[in-house]
Order: sequence, then structure tokens, then C-alpha cells
Amino acid sequence: MTTFLAKRLFALLITLLVASLIIFLLLEILPGDPASIILGVGAQEDTLAALRTEMGLDLSAPERYFRWIFGILQGDFGRSYTYDTPVSELILERLSLSLPLALLAISLSTLLAIPFGVFAAANHKRFADTGIMGFAQLGVAVPNFWFAILLILFFSVKLGWFSAGGFAGWEMGLGAALKSLVLPAVALALPQAAILARVTRSAVLETVREDFVRTARAKGLSRNAALWRHAVRNALIPVVTILGLQLSFLLAGTIIIENVFYLPGLGRLLFQAIAQRDLVVVKNIVILLAATVVTINFLVDMFYAALDPRLRGGTHE
Amino acid sequence: MKSIIKRYAKLLLISGSALIFSGSAFAAKTHLTMGMSLEPPHLDPTAGAAAAIDEVVYANVFEGLTRINQNAEVLPALADSWIISSDGLTYTFSLRRGVKFHDGAAFDSSDVVFSLERATAENSTNAQKALFSAITSVEAQGKNIVVVKLKTPTGNFLFNMGWGDAVIVDSASASSNKSKPIGTGPFTFKRWVKGDRIELGQNPNYWGKKPALKTATFKIIPDPAAAVAALMAGDVDAFANFPAPEMAAQFQSDPSFTVKVGSTEGETILSTNNQQKPFNDLLVRQAIAHALNKQEIIDGAMFGFGTPIGTHFAPHHAAYVDLTGTYPHDPVKAKQLLAEAGYPNGFKATLKLPPPSYARRGGEIIAAQLRKVGIELEIIPVQWAQWLDQVFKNKDFDLTIVSHTEPMDIGIYTRPTYYFQYRNSGFNAVIESLNVTSDPKRRYALMGAAQAILAKDAVNGFLFQLAKLGIWNKNVNGLWENSPVQANDLTGVSWNN
Amino acid sequence: MQHLIHAYGAVLMSESRLSEIWQQSWQHRSFVIGIILSFIMLLTGVVSLFWTPYSVELLDIPHKLQGASTAHWLGTDHFGRDVFSMLMVGAWNSMLVSVFAIGFGAGIGVPLGALAAGKRGWVEESVMRFNDFAFAFPALLTAVMLSAVYGPGTINSVLAIGIFNIPVFARITRGSALSIYKREFILAARTAGKGEVRIAMEHILPNIASVLIVQGTIQFALGILAEAGLSYLGLGTQPPLPSWGKMLSEAQTMMFFAPQLAILPGLAIVLTVLGLNLLGDGLRDILDPRLRRLR
Repeated sequence: MTTFLAKRLFALLITLLVASLIIFLLLEILPGDPASIILGVGAQEDTLAALRTEMGLDLSAPERYFRWIFGILQGDFGRSYTYDTPVSELILERLSLSLPLALLAISLSTLLAIPFGVFAAANHKRFADTGIMGFAQLGVAVPNFWFAILLILFFSVKLGWFSAGGFAGWEMGLGAALKSLVLPAVALALPQAAILARVTRSAVLETVREDFVRTARAKGLSRNAALWRHAVRNALIPVVTILGLQLSFLLAGTIIIENVFYLPGLGRLLFQAIAQRDLVVVKNIVILLAATVVTINFLVDMFYAALDPRLRGGTHE
Repeated sequence: MKSIIKRYAKLLLISGSALIFSGSAFAAKTHLTMGMSLEPPHLDPTAGAAAAIDEVVYANVFEGLTRINQNAEVLPALADSWIISSDGLTYTFSLRRGVKFHDGAAFDSSDVVFSLERATAENSTNAQKALFSAITSVEAQGKNIVVVKLKTPTGNFLFNMGWGDAVIVDSASASSNKSKPIGTGPFTFKRWVKGDRIELGQNPNYWGKKPALKTATFKIIPDPAAAVAALMAGDVDAFANFPAPEMAAQFQSDPSFTVKVGSTEGETILSTNNQQKPFNDLLVRQAIAHALNKQEIIDGAMFGFGTPIGTHFAPHHAAYVDLTGTYPHDPVKAKQLLAEAGYPNGFKATLKLPPPSYARRGGEIIAAQLRKVGIELEIIPVQWAQWLDQVFKNKDFDLTIVSHTEPMDIGIYTRPTYYFQYRNSGFNAVIESLNVTSDPKRRYALMGAAQAILAKDAVNGFLFQLAKLGIWNKNVNGLWENSPVQANDLTGVSWNN
Repeated sequence: MQHLIHAYGAVLMSESRLSEIWQQSWQHRSFVIGIILSFIMLLTGVVSLFWTPYSVELLDIPHKLQGASTAHWLGTDHFGRDVFSMLMVGAWNSMLVSVFAIGFGAGIGVPLGALAAGKRGWVEESVMRFNDFAFAFPALLTAVMLSAVYGPGTINSVLAIGIFNIPVFARITRGSALSIYKREFILAARTAGKGEVRIAMEHILPNIASVLIVQGTIQFALGILAEAGLSYLGLGTQPPLPSWGKMLSEAQTMMFFAPQLAILPGLAIVLTVLGLNLLGDGLRDILDPRLRRLR
């Protein structure tokens, strides 16, 4: 087990290193002079040069790369060009919205998907199954930003139940803050829930046919008991794997949804930073996001391997 | 038992909702939430050119020697009076007494000297150094008098000192103004939640008349659709420059909103690289001018808001000359001119478009109009960052669309390396005369001559003057209808109730 | 060559399997719906190359924002362009981007996956690490970065979506190929001296073709969604070429008086993706009996 763990940890580190190299290479060729952006259309050459020196753009590329990596390891994510604030501060501020939003979305989608998926599996080939799967098919086909637009149109403009966007801020109270996250979370959660419901259903159906469930039934367990105690527990393995993979899609979804609802989250910060050519912010957020996804996938693999010893041999499909 | 629980639950629900909603209800009377499309990169107007900076702090947080009001008039601000020498080279400003910066520091002549010297210094990051270029010396005479000497008489000097780039800062706090602006204005900076909003509070020690508003929030909403939704839902009370003109009619028919269409200093032009083939040929530029249908562009991109212009000058200005008829819409003539220039089958070129919708939408329409006369344009959308680098700095472009929002900026056509690279010594001579002329009648004549030269030379495709589409809650008064400088002056704003 | 075709054919279409399908009425229904929807969208896209009611480059501003009429079947947009024509060309655009993205992704991913399954050892490890890395970058993130460097556009969306397709195809190829590589006839082929590439072409690919086709259909649907998202954000296909996502973002400020502009492109996306998903699911039933049990 430990050699497996060590091997995978090593692999994780290599992945992160390669990721950081590629990010640095790609974003350092960004044509664009941050000084011009800050000073704008009317600025003069001498003021531009002064600002460039201020920002340290005159060091060599490898030097900048190593400074960057060592900085991250010490928790220093550099300083944003456009906001003149430590990037770590910006990230923490934005995380206070993106993290709750992501958690809300994942909770909502899981809470919806798993019961519905199990229910559909339990009623296999009957109307409930067809109905739920039909909705799931629809849910998967709907673009989340279009769904968000429709939600705003209906629940905000027509009914006035929710604000059309923006984040009330945690200091306005838990209620107000959560209220501004409802529509975004729903917009993110529903398409995820659709995928998750389908996967749950297949996974449960697959496990139900396994021998050990038949044995449980033979032993006298009721159908539902067998379902919950054995099938679902084992079905959780692929479900958790998919949850981990969903993170990638959640990331992409968050960027769009945060734009539709103009939420000051990490996703929108990234999008704006790229438009503003704020290299420091972009580099650090991208490496953070990539590291998060890679780490979570790693953890999921560990979880998967811990549950199923057959997988520790080296392959993991 | 059940009924007691029910009653408590109801009480909790009511008080809970009261708490949630009451905050907003009470704040409405002396608080304003203003929506804006672009977030300022920082809050020091003397260290950046972004209009968004001035839109937050001008007249609210910072003040200069003079101030410009919504009628483009120069008013005293930190200088309560001034004397101009007869040769126009010496300005003696008498400063207001008893003024304090927001951090308690006293305001006096040393701050004026500091601010002006800082702007003109070698390593200054001021984006409008040209405003100060005529200054040869700034001297304090006691705590309340400042004498400024110029090397040439500058007709606009007082107006220039009213720009946001010329506000007075305190030497102690100047370096941190980007994130914690300390000025002398009636509003203090409270908080900036990056990417979301900027909050202003009241200055209890303000020297002048206290504004009716005690607090204000500038909410940053770049997306036009989000802006519409926010205004409709009441999340913002006002949008000084509403980014979605297609919704104007909707708001106009809604009795709870006021819609005011005003003017800005934004000449929206199809900038042409005058040093790039084939645009260096007057015939080609004239052909393009004939191919353009300005009204169609205004209708399609701005839903009718905007005034056609024939030169680089604002129509609402007294010295404006209507030159829109210089090259009227005439595709046939355009084709003829192109053939004369040696392009009977037209030619291909690129059109780089920055993010604003006047550029993106206007660009699509212009591409279609030019296609009709044989000019095939490849539309290249760019972000501001790339626009500044490629188009503005490196002049790497054929055509682009941009709105020049600084007031009275016809002087940019004298700069040979300004991105559209127009070089005409005759024009430069006119502007030089203008700079040293103070007599209004002669100034108007010279400005007219300058406008005529630009129109005849079809230097750029002169499209329209950007309109200021202001939409706000009908109970709000005092917001500017026109925008002679980039600002959201909240000092005269109040709620009706 | 002929025996290659025979090998593929035998695996893909088996009489006994086909007859099994007709027995399951639910699959039959959704599969047929899927085929019809997908075919309609594909046809619309292809036809747009030869004919659309109006040219999508024709701006007619005096007639903007009109509702449905005999002149304009689905009305006009804010530039007076015919919405029906825009949707048709948008269909072609979405499909083109998605197909090329699949080609790019599968073209690199399938050989990578086969290589990993065949060679094992450090080759496999590197491919799996590359996969982990690639999964960390959703198409949107890659597209955003690419567009910041090279500007937005159709090619960049193809690359961005394609790059994310690589690990998907690599993973699925490797997974399916692993079991085949273990079989005796591979050992026999290797002993007989057949090169690795020939083995892959003649023995591995035919046996995993069904899985690839199913996955390809699913990625096609995902590609259309991704392209819509990128165009919505302004990073995809640029004007004057129409795209569904761009139509939706333009429509957002006009929803209040022209809601059809916000609904129609979204519907087009939903119908296309739904059709393709149903098609993919149906194909999975036909071509892969192992998975069929789960339906």
C-alpha cells in the first residue's frame, strides 16, 4: 500500500510541476505590456518605463519562474498589477464566495441526484425510471448559462423573489448572503445533478446484479434493505469517482455562472484578470485551480484504491 | 403547545425578514447605489487614465484648484479665487482656508505645490502630463497663496486644472491613494470590495455645503444584461452610463424610472492608420467616408442614441461646426473614388475592435457597409489590454473603432506619433495659434478652421458623438445629464421623499 | 484491406444483436428520436452551406427585431438579420467545431491510449500523468488562456475543446484495449512478428471501435455545449459568422421585448445535444452488449 501511495504522490508532484511550467510558458508569451494597460491611452513613454521597472518586468524568464514557484511554496502569490494588492488576499476574498457556492452546488446536486438515481434504479423499467431518466436527459442537454438566464428572467425579473445577481456579502447576514447564491447554485447544480443521477442509477443497477446482493437476498434481507445496505454502498465508488471528475466541469461552470450573475468569485476574477493582462493573478489562480483538481482526483483515486484492493496493482480503471 | 410554537415561528420569520429588509429601506433616503460598467484599476486619478477612476472619485473624494460642473463651467474649488496676469503667464491662486484632508491633515499651499510638482516630475505616473506641460514654476507664498508660472499663455489652463488628473493630494498620503484615497472632498473612501463595489461615506469636516447623500456605493457591473437586471430589480438606484441602449424604451415607459439622454465628450470614430497603405491615400479615406452611413450605425449599434459628427469635435460645444455633409453617404461615389485610387475591386483590411458595444456592434455594421463598396474587413475583437498594446502603442492596425472621451482633445491630431499618425503641419499651425489665443471670438474661428481641416482630410471616419444614457430611480435628483468631464458628481444628488 | 473492413463489420454489426434491440421498446423509441433529431440538425447545418433563406451577412437595420412573419419565419435580430438563417449557419458552425475537436482529441488520444495499454510500464505512467494533467484544464479554462494569447476565434475553440478530448479518448482507449491486449491472439500476432502498429490497427481498433463510436457521439454533444459556452463568453466563433452561443449573449439584453431571441438558440442547442445523447445511448446498446445490461 505504501509503495502505491508513494508512487502516486510522486506522480502528483510531477504533474503539478509540468502544469506550472506549461502555465508559465504559455502566459509569459502573452503579448501585452501591463504598464500601458494601467496608465492607459494618453500615457507617455517615460511614465510607462517607470512603471515597468516598478513591476519587475526587466528580470529574465527563468529567474521569474523560480521566484514564482518559491514564492508560492512560501504562500506568496505575488502582487496583482491592476489591483495593487497581494494576490493571496484577492484569492481569499473571492474564495469566500466561490467555495460556498461550489459546496452549495455540489450538495444540491448530490442531494437531488442520489435519491432520484436510486429511486429510478429501484423502479427499473417502470414509469418512474423512464420519467426521471427523461428529465435527466434534458438536464444534460441544457447549457447551464442559458438555464441561468431563464432563471433570472423568471424568478428575479418576473417574480422578484431573488436579486438578479451580485453578492450581498457575508456581513449583511447569513440569510441575505445565501439568498444571492440560490439562483447561481441551482443553475450550476441541475446539469450536474442530471449527470450524477444517471451515473448513480447505472452504478446501482450494476451492483444490484452482483452476486453478493443475491446472496443477501437469499439470506432473507428485504429488497430495500439489500438495495441500501449493499448495492448503494458499493455503487458509491463510481459515484465518488464521477464527483471528483465533476470538479473540472464545476470549475468551467463557475466561470460562466459567475459572469452571468456578476458574482465576485474566483472564476470571474480569472476571466477579468485575463482580459486585463494581469499575469500575476492569472498565473496564480490557474496553478491553484489546476492543483486543486489534480489533488482532488488524487484523493479520489486513493479513496477508490482503499475501497477496492484490486486496484492497487498499478492500474486504475 | 403547537400554537405557541407557530406564533414564535411567525415572530421569528417576521423579525428575520424585517432585519433583512430594513437595512435597505432606511438607507435609501441618504444612500445611493450607482452602477458602473468598468472597474477602476485603482483610485488615484493622478496616476492613471481610466475614466472609471474619475467616475468614482471626481468631486466626491478629491478636489482640485478648480472644478468643472455639468455645464462644462469652471468653478472655484480649493482655490476660491484667482488672478491671471495680463500676459497670461502668471496665475495667482488664493486658496480656501480651514480645509482638511480626510485623515485630518490640514490643506495649504504646500499641498498644491507638491501635487503639481509631482505631476510634472520625471518619474511621474500622471497620464495627462500634457495638462501641466506649460508650467515652469509653482511657488507657495504663505499658506494660502500659490503662484503658477507658465511658459506660454494657455487658454484652457483653468479648465485643465479642473480635470481629475489635477486634483490636489497630500504628500503624506499620496503614495497610498491608489488603494486608500485621501482627498478633501465631501465623501470619504470607506471600502473597496475588488470586483464588486466601492463604498463612500460622509466627510464630517467638509469645508463646503454638505451633500444630501451620506453614503454611496459604486457597484461594478460590466455585463449589460446584468446591468439591466440590477436596475430593474432595484439592486442599483442609478446608472449614469447605461450600457444597454436597447432597453432604454423599456425604462422610458416604466413610470418608476427617469431616463435622461445627454451628451458626452466622446467622439466615436473609425480610427484609420494614416501611415498605412492604402489609407495614406486621401482618395481611399474619402471613399470610406462616402461608404459610411452614420445614421444606420447609430440606429443599429446605439439604438438611435448619439449625434452624427463630421469632425473631431463635440456637437454640443459652442464652437462646433456641422461638417457632417462633407462626405455624405454615397456608395456609388465611394466605388468611383476607390477605382480612381487604383482599387476598382476594393481591397482587404482588418478592423480591430475593443470590448464596448459601440465598437463591437458598430464594427459589424461598418463591415457590412464597406463590404458593399468592395472593402472586405476582417473583424478582430480585442480586449483593452491588447488594443492598447497593438493599436495604440505599436500602431499595428488598419482600422479600429474607439471613443475619445477627454474634453477638447482635438489637439491629439497634432501629435505625429499618436496612433492614427496624422501629420499635417498646416493643422498643427492652427492649433499652436489656438493655444496662445485667449480672445473667445478668435478661438472659435481657429477651432472652426481646425475642424474643417480634419473633415476635409477625412483623417478618421467621424461617426457620432457618444450619448450619455442615464437611467435612475425617479425619486433621485441631481445626477448629471451631460458628461463634460468623466465624473459622477454626487454632491448635488438627493432623494425625493 | 478487405479483411480489415470485414473485421470491423463483423464486430459492429451482428444479426443476433440487432434482433435483440428491437425487443426493447424503450430503447427503440429514444434511439429513434435521437437519430431523427441528430439527423435534422446535421441536415440543417449541411444545407446552410448551399442555401439559407437570407444571407447572414445581410444587415437590414430598419427591419430589426421583428417577430415571426412570412418573410422571416422566425423573425429578425437586432441587426435585421434573419434568425432562421442564423440558426442554420450556427448549426453548421457548432458541428464543425465539435467534429474537428473530436478529430483532434481522438487523433491524439486514441493512439496514446493504445500505446499505454500496449506498452505498459513507464509509457503507460507518463500517459496517465498527462491525462491527470489534461483533466485539470477544462475546455473553458484552456480556451480562456489561448484566447488571451492568440485572440478569440473558431480555431482556438477547436483546440481548446480538442485538448480536453485527448484524455477522454486516451483513458477510454486504454481501458478497453487493456483487456484485448491480454488475449491470446495478440500474443500469437506478436510472436508471428506483426508490428505494433499493425496489431493495433487490425486487432485492437476493431474491437474497441464500438466504444469509441459511442464516446465520440457523447463528446460530439459535449463539444456542442462547450462551443456554445465559449461563444457565449465571446471566446469562440467571431462575428460576422453566427454561432448559437453568441446569439444567446446578444439576446440577453433584449429578452424583455424579444424573448424569442433568447429562447430559440437555446432550444437549438438543447435539441441537438439531446438528439446526440439519445443517439449515443442507443448506439451503446447496439454496439456493446456488456453495457446494455445496465439499460
